[in-house]
Amino acid sequence: MNNIILEARHINKYFHDPVTVKVLDDINFIISKEEFVSVVGKSGCGKSTLLYILSTMDTDFEGDVLIDNESLVHKKEIELARIRNEKIGFIFQFHYLINEFTVLKNVMLPGLKLAHFTEKEIEQRAIEKLEMLDIKDLALKMANKLSGGEKQRVAIARALINNPAIIMGDEPTGNLDKKNREIVFDIFKRLANDYQQTLLIVTHDSTLAEISNRSIEMEDGKIIRQ
Amino acid sequence: MNYKLIISIAKSLLKARFRQTMIAAIGVTFSITMFIALLGFMTGLNDLLDGLILNRTPHIRLFNEIKPSVVQPVNLSTAYKGYYHIIHSIKSENSRQDIYNSQAVMQAIKADERVQGFAPKIVTQVFYNDGTVDITGVVNGIDPQAETRLFHFGDYIVSGSVIDMKNISNSIILGKALAERLNANLGDMVQIITVKGDRFPLKLVGLYQSGINDLDKTQGYVYFNTAQKLLGKSNTYFTDIQIKLKDLNEAPAVAKEYAKKFGTQAEDIQTANAQFETGSSVRTIISYSVGITLLIVAGFGIYNILNMMIYEKMDTIAILKATGFSGRDVKAIFIFIALSIGIVGGFLGLIFGFAFSAIIDEIPFHTPSLPTITTYPVNYKAVIYFIATAFSLITTYLAGLFPARKASKVDPVVIIRGK
Repeated sequence: MNNIILEARHINKYFHDPVTVKVLDDINFIISKEEFVSVVGKSGCGKSTLLYILSTMDTDFEGDVLIDNESLVHKKEIELARIRNEKIGFIFQFHYLINEFTVLKNVMLPGLKLAHFTEKEIEQRAIEKLEMLDIKDLALKMANKLSGGEKQRVAIARALINNPAIIMGDEPTGNLDKKNREIVFDIFKRLANDYQQTLLIVTHDSTLAEISNRSIEMEDGKIIRQ
Repeated sequence: MNYKLIISIAKSLLKARFRQTMIAAIGVTFSITMFIALLGFMTGLNDLLDGLILNRTPHIRLFNEIKPSVVQPVNLSTAYKGYYHIIHSIKSENSRQDIYNSQAVMQAIKADERVQGFAPKIVTQVFYNDGTVDITGVVNGIDPQAETRLFHFGDYIVSGSVIDMKNISNSIILGKALAERLNANLGDMVQIITVKGDRFPLKLVGLYQSGINDLDKTQGYVYFNTAQKLLGKSNTYFTDIQIKLKDLNEAPAVAKEYAKKFGTQAEDIQTANAQFETGSSVRTIISYSVGITLLIVAGFGIYNILNMMIYEKMDTIAILKATGFSGRDVKAIFIFIALSIGIVGGFLGLIFGFAFSAIIDEIPFHTPSLPTITTYPVNYKAVIYFIATAFSLITTYLAGLFPARKASKVDPVVIIRGK
């Protein structure tokens, strides 16, 4: 049982505005170590909502989530922030780099926050990650000078910096052109195959779902197939 | 909390919005500068005006007043005890004007812990004689050293020297206006005629200008020994004892006590100059409220700019939170931004405030009533700078606190999904 990274137990979630709607209905699943899982479903089926619950950012739900055998329920904001920092690497649809920083600093930031290593070591690791994603030469550029594809690769490097237990992605290819999408696919494949990284990607990109080990399909807040 | 990281993030955000943060800092600088200059000037002016009265007025004055005896013979008569006494035309008794047993009184005052010092004095009416003209006036027999130490007598001597009146026997210092009327210059002999008709030539060794012209037209100062000689009295003859206390506010109580103890009249400074304290406290209140208003306005500027910054940087805040920064970290970042605006702006404000005060201090300011003042009075009291520093930090902290709290409560999910 020790190779379970993430476990969702009976998750229910409601939106209250303007009327109470049940958006997630009794979600149960397990993600084991080294699995590459994709969550697919139509827009509005609740897959992103689920992801934000799993990522600890949304705490308004019923049920329980365990990351690395640690329950998220009844945790304080500051403890959740620590879990996010240490265990989860997050990739968004819209890249979200901090424009005031260089690429290198953007990648280093979660590492500096965690502070398990010295600044020098974190810098070294950040360069390694950039090298792994073939964007080492961008290290000293300001984040706002990059193209969309480059930004997304930097965001992936940032997600990797603390060697997280799991990487979560919310439509990571949703905003990219074909070429860059393929680059990102390739990166995910490499991460899963070569580096045994556990991945959980929410997407409606069928190609991405195909390259994953396992697909969880959702409809109207329920898992219909996993 | 990793302060180094927080500070480096705050610095980058500051740099990105350098112009706005500069403007906020300039707001603080301006308000601190004005606060210091205004209060320095106001306090200087207050001290000057207070000094006009306070420096020269004893806290307690012991003297004997000529007045009818409270106890008339009829009161003592046993035959009329229980009757209602109506007496017409009571005359003042021929009582002594000097303080009874003055040496012992002075000993007692000297031993009193509450007393900073005292200066005995002899006041007597004279005529100043200039050819055929007699000018009525007053001669004060004083101890020039005690008088200078306690009541700044030396500050009002416009020419000549204070100590000469003690060192040169039979010498006098005249009010400047009086000397002009007598057409007397330093070194000239001045004739005075005592109430009893004796004539004394005295050498003019100094001129005195009090700032109150009417006083300068009538006053002359001699060493108390000389005054005793003029009057033909012994060397224990003193009409007034002027006392300066360590704490001004004790004056009324001590005055009451002395009046009873020494059997003299005792007048305290609060009774003698009731109006002056009101003026100076009102001026202080006004200048402090103007200064603090300036700081609060600057605080609103910071509040505004930080609020704007937070709306602009929503993405950054969301990303920080998503990658593991807690609300507390985000709050610390924005409070650090606010405080650095406050510290930089405040520090520049202290320097400019000091410079501005120094400039005011150099502006010529001549007034005949204040011979020792040549430029505008400015006070450099550390407490003004301390208040300015404390207030700039407190207002910027508070101005930063509310936007920072808002930033710490930003829900990253809303920002990340809302795009």
